[in-house]
Amino acid sequence: MKIIITASSPSLDAKFDMRFGRCAYFLVLDTETMEWEAFSNPGINASGGAGTQAAQFIAKQKAEAVISGDFGPNASSALNAAGILMYRNKSDGNIQDIVKRFNAGELQQVNMPTASGTHHSQGR
Amino acid sequence: MRITVASGKGGTGKTTVATSLALSLSVDALGLPPLFLDCDVEAPNAHLFLKPTFESRKDVSILIPNVDESKCIGCGDCAEVCEYHAIAVLNKKVLVFPQLCHGCGSCTWVCPTKAISEEPNLLGSLEAGSTPSGIQFSRGTLNIGEPMAVPVIRQLKKWSVAQSGQVVVVDAPPGTSCPVVESVRGADFLLLVTEPTPFGLHDLKLAAQVAKELQIPAGVVINRDGIGDPGVEKYCIDIGLPILMRIPYDRAIAEGTARGQTLFDIDPKYIMLFQQLFAEISRIVAQQ
Repeated sequence: MKIIITASSPSLDAKFDMRFGRCAYFLVLDTETMEWEAFSNPGINASGGAGTQAAQFIAKQKAEAVISGDFGPNASSALNAAGILMYRNKSDGNIQDIVKRFNAGELQQVNMPTASGTHHSQGR
Repeated sequence: MRITVASGKGGTGKTTVATSLALSLSVDALGLPPLFLDCDVEAPNAHLFLKPTFESRKDVSILIPNVDESKCIGCGDCAEVCEYHAIAVLNKKVLVFPQLCHGCGSCTWVCPTKAISEEPNLLGSLEAGSTPSGIQFSRGTLNIGEPMAVPVIRQLKKWSVAQSGQVVVVDAPPGTSCPVVESVRGADFLLLVTEPTPFGLHDLKLAAQVAKELQIPAGVVINRDGIGDPGVEKYCIDIGLPILMRIPYDRAIAEGTARGQTLFDIDPKYIMLFQQLFAEISRIVAQQ
């Protein structure tokens, strides 16, 4: 199964990145072969719409599921529309640990926004 | 002449200074009363002090895409062109995120099958009227839950036209982000209100950079003078930012302001002090 995990650096030993739209890297990973490829997040400095941008990136990768810490309302509706499953991880640990937990069915699947998505463009 | 009052840090006294400045210019024998724009559209409050009677009102909306699914071929050109990621094409289905849309119209323009039409999305409103002292008062109000203040500010500035020779006083929002830049843009002078604390100084530095970036001459009003530390004063001297006025840290001012009084109600000497402030600003602007 092809999944995407939000990671803080491009490595299987990387620390998990809790942020979805603003994560440092997307790790695209095959859960059977453990082959992986990392992409730096094009939307990390977006002035707004980072969540919808990330969702479109993931859809282009044809991933079936994504693991992150939280999903905002826009990201969540875009991922739902694309038919990509959302899994939420709240524990620390590196990417390998989280993939193990995912394979063991320990991660919580969500289909609703888990965060308010406050990163719209106009901070004060 | 257009003077924008900004601060960086919130709660430093922008509205106190902006309303007092406008009032000092509405006192007789000084010509046309000013035009006042409350651009703090997320929390406009200058009306509490200037007490206008609103006579006209206008909705603010931007045009957002509406996709006709029967014409859409799911090519994704609209999503590709959108700078704000406000339109996404997923599984050949188009999703529009109205709160991310800036209303630029690019998606409508690139759509090869003309499947996109534009419909207004209401963001807020503009109101205008006169105050008892003759000030021509306008304010914008962003609807609750809407994240985008800039279109409301932009339309407020367009809607409220100054007469020839009329001074415009703009009360900006706090911070230094897009809504502040939009409020400051077009000003002849930027009046920065700060308090002499490390927090006030931190945000004053950011606001001074906005003035520099936009190439607008600026000056400082130190409010709550007497508290904190000399950091603000030192910074102003170091970078050559003139300190034009000091308002002391005074319980009588805090109590009066909390009752909706202006500085002039609290102490009439401020009429002259603000007239002097305006004269000094005029002198600086004339030198540019």
